[in-house]
Amino acid sequence: MAQTVAKFGLPVGEQLKILKNSISAGEAKKRLCIVTGTHGDELEGQYICCELGRFLNENINRLNGTVDIYPALNPLGIDTIMRGIPGYDLDMNRTFPGTKHGTMPEMAAHAIMEDISGADVCIDIHASNIFLRELPQIRMSVPTAKTLLPYGEKLNVDFIWVHESATVLESTLAHSLNSIGVKTLVVEMGVGMRITKEYCRQLMDGIINLLVSMEMLDDTEAPKVRKPIISLDRAVGFVNSPAAGIFVPSVEFGVSLNEGDYIGDVLDPLGVKEPEKVYAPCGGLLFTLREYPVVYGGSLIARILKDN
Amino acid sequence: MQESVLYTIDSLYREPMQIKGYCFGNVSEKTLCIMGALRGNEVTQMYVCAKLVKVLKKLEESGQIAQDVGIMVVPCANYYSMNIDKRFWPMDNSDINRMFPGYSLGETTQRIAEGIFRNVQGYEYAVQLASFYQSGKFLTHVKHMMTSFTNKDGLSDFGLPYAVERDPRPYDTTTLNYNWQLWDTKAYSLFTQSTDDLDDNAAIQAVDAILRFMNKRKIIRYKINPGFVTTIVRENEMIQLHCPCGGLCRTKADVGELVQKGEIIAEILDPFTCETKAQVKAAEDSVIFYETASPLAVEGTVIFKLIKNETH
Repeated sequence: MAQTVAKFGLPVGEQLKILKNSISAGEAKKRLCIVTGTHGDELEGQYICCELGRFLNENINRLNGTVDIYPALNPLGIDTIMRGIPGYDLDMNRTFPGTKHGTMPEMAAHAIMEDISGADVCIDIHASNIFLRELPQIRMSVPTAKTLLPYGEKLNVDFIWVHESATVLESTLAHSLNSIGVKTLVVEMGVGMRITKEYCRQLMDGIINLLVSMEMLDDTEAPKVRKPIISLDRAVGFVNSPAAGIFVPSVEFGVSLNEGDYIGDVLDPLGVKEPEKVYAPCGGLLFTLREYPVVYGGSLIARILKDN
Repeated sequence: MQESVLYTIDSLYREPMQIKGYCFGNVSEKTLCIMGALRGNEVTQMYVCAKLVKVLKKLEESGQIAQDVGIMVVPCANYYSMNIDKRFWPMDNSDINRMFPGYSLGETTQRIAEGIFRNVQGYEYAVQLASFYQSGKFLTHVKHMMTSFTNKDGLSDFGLPYAVERDPRPYDTTTLNYNWQLWDTKAYSLFTQSTDDLDDNAAIQAVDAILRFMNKRKIIRYKINPGFVTTIVRENEMIQLHCPCGGLCRTKADVGELVQKGEIIAEILDPFTCETKAQVKAAEDSVIFYETASPLAVEGTVIFKLIKNETH
């Protein structure tokens, strides 16, 4: 059932509404939240919301608890292909936990926090951006890993990146929810402005598996899920562009590389500069690859999860 | 004056962007750093720095800069955005002032932030010409973020009518000001009345305030009027007036104006019929500190910030 989480009158003739699809059955008080659409250019989560809603309605007799699906935390952004909040040029994922009496984006963030507060688990689905393609992965900081890893392992992603906590994460939805006891996992997968059906189906299986493990869904048809690689004791190698130019990859995304493997070229369309070849700085899984060809000197081209 | 390139970024079809610093006095000393535009619309902020460069050049030539002090002014760290009339980074719309202390192996704006910070850290004092993310007019003021790292000494030395103290918010940890403080620089943010236009009055107020600060701290010797006795206000004690509904916002009072409790200072009009949907009244006898510049008001938007009369 569609419910309004927050609404604000826009200047001319319409209201901005943040909506959720709340699906409940059974007696259990457990609640799982699926949130996406914080960045208007990230659409992978849209398909998950459609598919998960359809699945739960078709299997409502198997559900015992509440699944709240928030497809668009930043509805205007999605509607206008803008990553941030239109009119404010603000990254919504830097406004949490928000305030009750702040500006509209801060009040929206506050209302979202209030609505999700009390849930057992939250999955915050992102889709990289238009520049980089990502294998389905979960990202979490070292301090939250102990609590979140058991849930992350259920979600059928290729790997879990446990990274050192960075100050920038403090204003994100995930950090804010984890701070109030809602176990929140950040999923990154695919690429901005596109839907990668294969990845969405993979994560869907993971969400169903998580629901089964939380005893919110009976286990008659629990999907088989993969065991993710966990980066706890493995470093990540970064490949940055050696020059400004046009990056053309020469490897398939998601492959395993050896140190020194040829990844692609940075070309100069004017033909003034020699092409710069890009090589793998280490061996391992190529889990991030540049999708948008134009690069500045130093732009991120790839990330490699180093072999043990 | 010594001009130096602090950081260079290459682009595919544009000339390299060079972030320049203008140094005065003893270049081996790090006494005061002044940062101008980090965003493409911070025209006044760049203009203030450019004016300072002009003044400091004269002061240096006439021996009015103290010995054993070093001053660096960075007028603009993002002219790639300024030249295309964009607030944030041209390609990915990221904000350099949410990337500090930066990361030398990260994405472009993380690398720019790192390149800037490597050069501007270690100063005893720093002033950032800052701007607010919503369009609007402020009374020119200096702001200090109340971290546990540094104290608020010096707020009154700018001689502006108001100085504001505020507690840091989660997003502040990635700003230049916060990171300056983290590394023991006494950092201040100076907000001018306007941002994206060439406002001479606003620029002169800001230049005079920084020169006063330098004078007080014996960085320069310069005859200048003493300015105002500064009232220090806590940001959370300001009165925020929110727009009660969406509509056309017609303000009836101006920044700096004294208003009386109950006075109607804005009307929210229906955009199709011009009927009054709501009136916004002053909650107290107060002075208008901030006023929105947008005629289109979203419900909940802050359209005024007021300082109660008794506190100034």
